[in-house]
Amino acid sequence: MKFPYTEKVLEHFKNPRNVGKIENPDGKGLEGSPACGDMVAVYLQVNPDTQVIEDIKFESYGCASNIATASIITELAKGKTIAEAKKITWQEATEELGGLPPVKAHCSVLAVEGLRSAIRDYEEKHGLVSEKEPTTVDIVRSRLKHVMNPMAGLDIVRTEIVTKIEVNDGVVRVLLDLPSNHQFAAAIKEDLIEKIESLWDVKEVNVVFTE
Amino acid sequence: MFDKMIYIDNSASTRLDERVMDAMKPYYFETYAVATSEFGYSMGIEAKEGLEQARESIASSLGASAEEIVFTSGETESSNMAIKGVCAALKKKKGEHIIVSKIEDFPVLNTAKSLEKKGYTVDYISVDAEGNVNLEELKSKIRSDTVLVSIQHANQEIGTLQDLNTIAKICKEKDVLLHTDATHSYTRVPIDVVKTPVDMISISAHTIHGPRGVGALYIRKGTPIEKWMDGGYQETNRRGGLENIPGAVGFAKAVELVTPKENEFLSSLRDYTIKRVFDEIPHVTLNGNKTQRTPQNANITFHYVEGESMTLHLDMRGFAVSTGSACFSRSLEASHVILGIGGDHERAHGSIRFTFGRYNSMEDVDAVVDAIKEVVSQLRAISPLYNK
Repeated sequence: MKFPYTEKVLEHFKNPRNVGKIENPDGKGLEGSPACGDMVAVYLQVNPDTQVIEDIKFESYGCASNIATASIITELAKGKTIAEAKKITWQEATEELGGLPPVKAHCSVLAVEGLRSAIRDYEEKHGLVSEKEPTTVDIVRSRLKHVMNPMAGLDIVRTEIVTKIEVNDGVVRVLLDLPSNHQFAAAIKEDLIEKIESLWDVKEVNVVFTE
Repeated sequence: MFDKMIYIDNSASTRLDERVMDAMKPYYFETYAVATSEFGYSMGIEAKEGLEQARESIASSLGASAEEIVFTSGETESSNMAIKGVCAALKKKKGEHIIVSKIEDFPVLNTAKSLEKKGYTVDYISVDAEGNVNLEELKSKIRSDTVLVSIQHANQEIGTLQDLNTIAKICKEKDVLLHTDATHSYTRVPIDVVKTPVDMISISAHTIHGPRGVGALYIRKGTPIEKWMDGGYQETNRRGGLENIPGAVGFAKAVELVTPKENEFLSSLRDYTIKRVFDEIPHVTLNGNKTQRTPQNANITFHYVEGESMTLHLDMRGFAVSTGSACFSRSLEASHVILGIGGDHERAHGSIRFTFGRYNSMEDVDAVVDAIKEVVSQLRAISPLYNK
């Protein structure tokens, strides 16, 4: 049979590792991708002395690559300290699976975000988070690195679709080098807004297309 | 290789019927000349006869006359020709406004969008939760400069049949032309142009076990329409390009092979699928009209799971079905049809379209429902939304 996925993706899709919930987890993250409607939940059990992730589980409401990337993320994170696990990137997850179709790269981003949000939850609950920072252009830019350009399978910052970012009194304006009627315009816009509007001091997000 | 595959995606395309192939073959190997006039050579005259007989049968299946049928390369071309051709003919006389429904298939929808870019105004008529076009809205949107209304007969994804008689009546009363894309209803749910005053109908061969790349456009006599493709004088100067005679002959044969009995059989497969799914799987929603739907279509949302995961699991078990999930589409866009019937992303996310054809059986329904039961419970077990 012909599938667009590698053997490893199919293997993790058919037999996902570390599936399920952890009762009373030390950290929990739930992330959704409005670009395609997928969701992923990550649960952590962390050793308070060593900060090592002793157990990790996930749940997925998503497509094959969503399930496979979440599964691989749990394998990569298990046994690592939270500091180490935070550094796992979506590129690493994708590589570990032997690659993903470019249009599915956002799935591995979502899995990594699920993990990071579970870690953030753990840190917040355990008093490990520093003071809230006000949103800056740099913070917006780093968040936009998680918005995929499905044409390239890379983010919209790296592929130079983002031409300008303005942050003004809680209003974020992002200029994109993309016509509004482009095939992926709606998906990118939705994804972008979702990534930025969750910043604590952002009141409004405006996305400007080229026409 | 796909011998064991159970194919339940017949609205995407179908397996060719061997009898269609047999009807086409002589026009490739024996009577392969181009259609000539009656003053040409005999092989060309005979080829022309084959073409015209095919035209006669397609015409009679719609209650039309032969000169009202133009052969095309399929649904996409037929709908482009109908809409753009009429718009070009009436631009100066009538105006630049057209009306389509929100759940049209891409040939109509994207033709409308392309006209919009050229300065036309387009109204997209909404549909209710079952996919029925809002007739009051349609009435209210027709203006003096409206050139054309294009509303499909049956929906490609959810199978809902529109009340074409009433739509045609509204258009006649307001003196505006009506085109309908009947690709997904043709021969399954009859249209008679004598009783239903529709002006143009797009039809296609490949959805009824006919060849790919052949379709037709019915154009009621007297309908103002500009020549579609420049080229030779073919199709009584309405479409240039060498006639696809084997294709036309195969199309006519495919039409002849559809029987009312077969359509009843398809309805029974559809109804049995819906019944088993609703009896045996919790948290499901039927998409589309419960009674006014094409015999071959069952479209069901399985909540808390995603469609591409389902179709991949089913593929690995030997079944071909499709889904309206964004993950399944190249553009990452959820089905505009499911969103159009007021469904949210979630509704499209877990939707599966089963479309049956001649080569399906009750055993296929049992097999696919058994498989989907397993797949859905497996995927729900790992879904964060499903309350276990």
